[in-house]
Amino acid sequence: MASLGSTRRTFAPWADPAAKPYIRFENVTKRFGDFTAVDDLSLTIYEREFFALLGASGCGKTTLLRMLGGFEQPTSGRIFLDGQDMKGIPPYRRPVNMMFQSYALFPHMTVEANIAFGLKQDGMPKPQIAERVGQMLKLVKLEQFAKRKPQQLSGGQRQRVALARSLAKRPKVLLLDEPLAALDKKLREETQFELVDLQYELGLTFIVVTHDQEEAMTMADRIAIMDKGKVLQVATPAEVYEAPSCRFVADFVGSINTFEGSVTKTGSAARIRDRSGTEFRVADAGEAAAGDTVWLAVRPEKLSISRERPADAANALDGEIWDIAYLGDMTVYNVKLDDGRIVKASTINSIRRLEDALTWHDRAWVSFSADAGVVLTR
Amino acid sequence: MAGTWGRFNVVALALGFAFLYLPIVLLVIYSFNESRLVTVWAGFSTKWYVAMLNNRGLMDAAWVTARVAFLSATIATVFGTMAAVALTRYTRFRGRLLFSGIVFAPLVMPEVITGLSLLLLFVAINFDRGFATVTIAHITFSMCFVAVVVQSRLITFDKSLEEAALDLGATPVKAFFQVTLPVILPAVIAGWMLAFTLSLDDLVIASFTSGPGATTLPMKIYSQVRLGVTPEINAVSTVLIGVVTVGVIVASLVNKRQEVLRQREAEIG
Repeated sequence: MASLGSTRRTFAPWADPAAKPYIRFENVTKRFGDFTAVDDLSLTIYEREFFALLGASGCGKTTLLRMLGGFEQPTSGRIFLDGQDMKGIPPYRRPVNMMFQSYALFPHMTVEANIAFGLKQDGMPKPQIAERVGQMLKLVKLEQFAKRKPQQLSGGQRQRVALARSLAKRPKVLLLDEPLAALDKKLREETQFELVDLQYELGLTFIVVTHDQEEAMTMADRIAIMDKGKVLQVATPAEVYEAPSCRFVADFVGSINTFEGSVTKTGSAARIRDRSGTEFRVADAGEAAAGDTVWLAVRPEKLSISRERPADAANALDGEIWDIAYLGDMTVYNVKLDDGRIVKASTINSIRRLEDALTWHDRAWVSFSADAGVVLTR
Repeated sequence: MAGTWGRFNVVALALGFAFLYLPIVLLVIYSFNESRLVTVWAGFSTKWYVAMLNNRGLMDAAWVTARVAFLSATIATVFGTMAAVALTRYTRFRGRLLFSGIVFAPLVMPEVITGLSLLLLFVAINFDRGFATVTIAHITFSMCFVAVVVQSRLITFDKSLEEAALDLGATPVKAFFQVTLPVILPAVIAGWMLAFTLSLDDLVIASFTSGPGATTLPMKIYSQVRLGVTPEINAVSTVLIGVVTVGVIVASLVNKRQEVLRQREAEIG
């Protein structure tokens, strides 16, 4: 998968068999009564990695984070941090710190006192505490707010205080529970990059829980996509997007067209026939055997849309333009095939005004090359 | 807004307040009466307050009451807060429903029964009745009031505050004293005030559980009134009303202010 886009920096310990995992979840299960929040989950995270746990609410991602923080004990399975079994170790003796979704700032303390809280617990001498608090305030650009109480700050400022407080003890691992969920869109986008820069500069391991796929893709080195207490795929953002492991992942991250069909020819020039008889040419059907039911998944931007059938297209379908979503930078066309299926195709609006623009109820062809899609077996 | 004050509303309000407060107002007015006769107004005077201060028996009773109230309120606040924390935090322990029922039952228990049962207990274990028994009895019935006040605050308490403290290296005990307690302190103070005033004006339970040398002020007043109402009693009652009123008002103001702060915080957040 190395050809699928490079990661932000050449950092890929997970691809190196000699690299030692920093955090290991081994067959971890957590049940609350009858409800299984985390189901026999195994996962490894490396030092200095920015790792994202992505999933819808209730998928178990927060429970996983809370188990690492020590707030929940696994029902079964083990968690290792830097080679040490974390079983029975309370939160106040773990070398990890957490940034809470609600920020959990102490309302009766000033910004300064909030940041100093953890250092005081460690019995650090006062002059050193003052120095460290100063550094932290500078790091999050809140020097002039040191004496304020949390309720006198804006949402973005509170988020920074929470970040500074959780970083003050220089933890080995920082756990972030939906760190940006309470911020508005613009601030969120800025803060994403700030977090990445901060993590890189400080050389820490960050584990962030989020339900926002864009946030995970922007920030993380690797993403674990979770559903019903299980991890469905762990991979880089590019791999998750371009080579999803299953339909759930394909559908959860971005939008996608899936064509159900059965394999009629395997190998490097495979064919997949769907129920309406269309035969798709596929460059690689992976491990699917002839006769298997598979799903050909193609991202909307991999489809071209045109009035005439392109002569060299490996795959082409025709239909009627049913809906157009003009998003500014791009336009998404929903094309209704004659059997009623809707296919999404998006185009980048690189030209300001198109002479012969497609419009509602026009007949159009959507086409894609043999290597545009990925064949999913589940 | 004057238009909304219909005549009926004004009359209803006046009648209601008169019904509630006329007797008390009369008592306060007659405490400043020159005459010894309670029902005859003979001009303004503060001489009964002076007489009250010089009345040894009355002052002794007041001192006993103050000590009982202070001690019982303080201990009841500690116990009540502990009960509230246990009942809100550990929602999954066996018998929680039974426990909360037991803690709050004294709220509706007739005082006569509370007093009688305590008396039987003290007699059964051969505990000499006096200052200690009154104090214990007052702790018993006022701690559930504290528990109610503190519990209602704890329900809205963000548990992640305490988790954040643990996460930053505080032991559970330190997390409680450095984070939870300061945040819920206004409710704890309000609970203390409530327990203090309840102890201050209790007559029934004190009568059952007190012994020689531990006569509380309400008991003293009650016994003196049986010999005839004197303006001196009016004076001491007025002082008592003053203390209780201030206590209740402060308690509710503290709670109210905290509520406003919380709401403001919620709006920003």
